[in-house]
Amino acid sequence: MTQPESFTSLPSDSRRAVITGLGVVAPNGIGTENWWEATKAGTSGIGRITQFDPSQYPVQLAGEVDGFEASDYVDQRVIVQTDRWTHMALAATQMALDDAGFDPADGDPYRMSVITASGSGGNEFGQKEIQNLWGKGPIFVGAYQSIAWFYAATTGQIAIKYGMKGPCGVVVQEGAGGLEALWHSRRNIIRGVDFVISGGTEAPIGPYALTCQLTNGRLSSASDPAKAFLPFDERANGYVFGEGGAIITVEDRGSAERREAPKLYGEIAGYGTTNDAFDAKQPTRDGGQLERAMRIALERADVAAEDVDAVFADAAGVPVADAAEAQAIKSVFDGRDVPVTAPKTMVGRLYAGGGALDVAAALLAIRDGVLPPTINLEQPAEGCDLAFVKDEAREAELDTVLVNARGFGGFNGALVLRRVT
Amino acid sequence: MRRSAITGVGVVAPGGPTREAFWEMITAGRTATRRITFFDPEGFRSQIAAECDFDPRAAGLDDQEISRMDRSVQFAVAAALEAVHDSGLTLEEVDRDRLGVTLGSAVGGTMQLEDDYVVVSNRGQKWLVDHEYASPFLYHALVPSTLASEVALRFGAHGPSVVISTGCTSGIDGIGYGHQLIQDGEADIVISGASETGISPISMACFDPIKATSRRNDDAAHASRPFDRDRDGFVMGEGAGVLVLEEFESARDRGAHIYCEVAGYANRGNAYHMTGLRPDGAEMSEAILDAMAQGSIRPEDIDYINAHGSGTKQNDRHETAAYKRSLGERAYKIPISSIKSMVGHSLGGIGAVEMAACALAIDRGVVPPTANWENPDPECDLDYTPNEARRTPVDVALSTGSGFGGFQSAMLFARPAELQEVGT
Repeated sequence: MTQPESFTSLPSDSRRAVITGLGVVAPNGIGTENWWEATKAGTSGIGRITQFDPSQYPVQLAGEVDGFEASDYVDQRVIVQTDRWTHMALAATQMALDDAGFDPADGDPYRMSVITASGSGGNEFGQKEIQNLWGKGPIFVGAYQSIAWFYAATTGQIAIKYGMKGPCGVVVQEGAGGLEALWHSRRNIIRGVDFVISGGTEAPIGPYALTCQLTNGRLSSASDPAKAFLPFDERANGYVFGEGGAIITVEDRGSAERREAPKLYGEIAGYGTTNDAFDAKQPTRDGGQLERAMRIALERADVAAEDVDAVFADAAGVPVADAAEAQAIKSVFDGRDVPVTAPKTMVGRLYAGGGALDVAAALLAIRDGVLPPTINLEQPAEGCDLAFVKDEAREAELDTVLVNARGFGGFNGALVLRRVT
Repeated sequence: MRRSAITGVGVVAPGGPTREAFWEMITAGRTATRRITFFDPEGFRSQIAAECDFDPRAAGLDDQEISRMDRSVQFAVAAALEAVHDSGLTLEEVDRDRLGVTLGSAVGGTMQLEDDYVVVSNRGQKWLVDHEYASPFLYHALVPSTLASEVALRFGAHGPSVVISTGCTSGIDGIGYGHQLIQDGEADIVISGASETGISPISMACFDPIKATSRRNDDAAHASRPFDRDRDGFVMGEGAGVLVLEEFESARDRGAHIYCEVAGYANRGNAYHMTGLRPDGAEMSEAILDAMAQGSIRPEDIDYINAHGSGTKQNDRHETAAYKRSLGERAYKIPISSIKSMVGHSLGGIGAVEMAACALAIDRGVVPPTANWENPDPECDLDYTPNEARRTPVDVALSTGSGFGGFQSAMLFARPAELQEVGT
């Protein structure tokens, strides 16, 4: 029978997915270690929007990545054909590959894949071109609109740049997509792929993108960065949006060990995803489906709830959704005070980039034995009395960490990360 | 290994807003391409498209759904309603925690994003747009995940739900994703497919400068000419295809009508160019061979190929090369067709519409034709089933897709071995 040159994509129980490289572009730090130092120190990257004049809008705060120069990482030729969201992903990809000590030129092209999460595509590029179309006419729309704006642009550009010909993908689950992308990477690794560039970034800070986001009814309109994004706090009043994210390299454990990968940050041990199917716009107060996602993740990882050392919360910042998550955590851990933290209080919600950034934080927490803090949390709201890591980082022995992520539209995800032993 | 049965098929396509109308049209070889009516296309290079005459109320949507959903989401819900009804499943009896949704789309809620942009920017006059003029559900259009969340909401699906956005392979990849969820035990039933409604000024305008779309504006009915010597680009379309994928054993146990099963699914990247294709078709060939190996399918087992066949010069050459490379001499003997000749190219949606056509071809023993095929192209020298459908048994059908970003996908549907007639 005719066989593929590369491999047949059938699942194998013997393959394991491990994370070997991290690249971060975040509002409180560019570069993994810069960002991690800031995150451990509780340094916020939230401030008044500078990418455009936000004066006329009811929301004027965001988590912006200051000082990000695409040309530091991306060829000029590619810069002009891509949006900021792709620029940040390309930058973070190079950082992650460097961190993983991996040169894709050394890999088997068909066994290398790119699977990213996408949230809202190339917002700035898209607004410019649609403005050209309606303000000037069809012939003023540039040739790159067709490849810059759509959700697959980032995955496509990374695959081309690094010569990756394996099964590529783009998943969309709003704020939950980052975790789904990592698990989908695992789905491909157990089917024969050796190396996946995964994670996600987002660049939703522009006049039209903000206008769209305002209609979801969940953004904070506070003007003081310290009082805007207060998940689980009794003063919670919505979330702050932000840009950036993390790119993460996921490898088959066997091939990572064979090439003597310098770092094995952790194993993607289990994952569960559910949908609330509750309402088209309103978040549910019932944490039942999030709880189920967490339980599925633990079951797949074959980990008991009492063996989980910390939870990185989704931290919606919307009171109803915070209550649902608190309920889910209490129920899964059955009264045990598992440490809970939400470093995204420093950067805001990064949509497709958020889940991936939390995974990066969780892995470095395992590495360094330290939990980054939840900032600006003063008085937990009723029902949200969890064992938060507040204000300051805390030392902790960590082997197994659970990361939650949710997305508008009822998406729930939970990922179990485990120290590689 | 858990297998995925196809037990329900739903289609919204140009010229046919239901599965049966679609099948009747494509097997009759009629084309649904016409001068664009959704907006005045004057000033555009390509002014033609395959538009759906879609009535959301007739499709079963309520007033609030119609009000808040972008057209692409409406299509998905309509096709999903038809597919679920076709499957004979009673939702009340289904474990909704095990019911998933995987849907593909390349450009998501672009249509509504553009409609609103015109208003908030006052026709492109203001960069700092007036947010007060935004419609209340605009965020739903910004995030293409709405496709999955709305379908999950409509059916009370609490299992995994996700949108797959791999450009023009989103349709095959959406179904492939659902298949993997069933294989891995993450779900037992998946509402799976894709939807796209890209006939709007910005989508048309973005393909003009790269000359991807046809300029045969004076002869819209014959503009989509896959594999014909005189093809000059694709014709934009819109549509949705949704299938009910069901774990095979449970589908059989409940006595469901099984159209076929997923015999293999694979995806590769060409790592070559965002819009260009390598002439040798090596990566698509690799995807085809991977899908075949999964189902232990030999070239001589394949009875029908539903081609991507977009009608661009390079695509049809590329695909022809990929079939020869993967299937050898057998490539010359298999009837191939591109239904894009009739329903246009609905970007991320079309792959799922084409998988629906494959399920129907197996179920009904008819291969739909490639319409508008008149003049042979020396570089496209296979059997493209010109202009007339063929009645012939189809046990195994292959479908392929290529997408911007370098995506190459292949999927095989097969009549399950236990349902094949022996000795006929």
